[in-house]
Amino acid sequence: MDYKVFLPYLLVMAVVTYLIRVIPLVLMKKKITNRFFRSFLYYVPYTVLSAMTFPAILYATDHMVSAAAAFVVAIILAIYDRSLIVVAVGACSCVFLVEMALSFL
Amino acid sequence: MNFKDGLRDGIPICLGYIAVSFAFGILAVENGLTTFQAVLISLTNLTSAGQFAGLTIIAEAGTLIELALSQFIINLRYMLMSISLSQKVEEDFKGLWRWIFGFAVTDEIYAVAISHEEIKKEYFAGLTILPIFGWSLGTFLGAVLGNVLPSMISGALGVALYGMFIAIVVPVARDNRKVLIVVLMAIAISMILRYVPVFSGISGGFSIIICTLAASAAGALIFPVEEVDD
Repeated sequence: MDYKVFLPYLLVMAVVTYLIRVIPLVLMKKKITNRFFRSFLYYVPYTVLSAMTFPAILYATDHMVSAAAAFVVAIILAIYDRSLIVVAVGACSCVFLVEMALSFL
Repeated sequence: MNFKDGLRDGIPICLGYIAVSFAFGILAVENGLTTFQAVLISLTNLTSAGQFAGLTIIAEAGTLIELALSQFIINLRYMLMSISLSQKVEEDFKGLWRWIFGFAVTDEIYAVAISHEEIKKEYFAGLTILPIFGWSLGTFLGAVLGNVLPSMISGALGVALYGMFIAIVVPVARDNRKVLIVVLMAIAISMILRYVPVFSGISGGFSIIICTLAASAAGALIFPVEEVDD
């Protein structure tokens, strides 16, 4: 693509995305004392990660069966306090094995 | 929690990023961008959903306003994450450091950083380096190698990031009933927005914002936290 066309696109994308991230971080210098807002922020990590994971994970592989299996395996590993990398690798291995099995059916 | 710990915690994120950005690289070249242009986008944006949406608009020769608006809506969740991070960073994580590292607030980096009591700038620096590198490397490989990776392998790698999210949420939800209920609310809203036809016009990025705002606000109203330990 011609750079005369590409560079304005690149600039707009990068600047908008950067400002969204950096402005709150730079402006919020004090600890928030409001109880509602503190409670709200306490729950944000869990709600945002949950909303991003489900149901999106079900559509992340070729077959929903392998994705659902990976979801269950990841939850079980996490309940038993396995580390981030173990849970991630466990989920990936599960998808690979189920997809392998499906390809033989 | 020093620089080295950060680097180590960045490894799984980096691997997941290589897989996801590989797909972006393939798509970018298919849509008429050069390999270098695809890598430039990844290097300057460091975001998945936003880049995929942006690429669609660029390929359709959309307007700059359209592009800006799409990025704003899809990436608005980073604003919530940055506010949340600002409450947990240590005293001397300020000034220029915030201008620099604000760039690297992604879903995954946020998720790992926020799981610590206090975030040191050295740790955050270490945490961001490998993922930034992996995101550009994956884009490059995807753009150059194209569709040679069997979908069985790329599909398997595609769940790596979700696995990490699960590893962060589940242990807390297991021990804390309030968090568990709030998590279930977020999932319920997420499913409603996804499957109820009336809401089919809502983009993925915007849906995440709605779920986060609604479930967190409900949690704060029903189960206010007495002393948040951060």
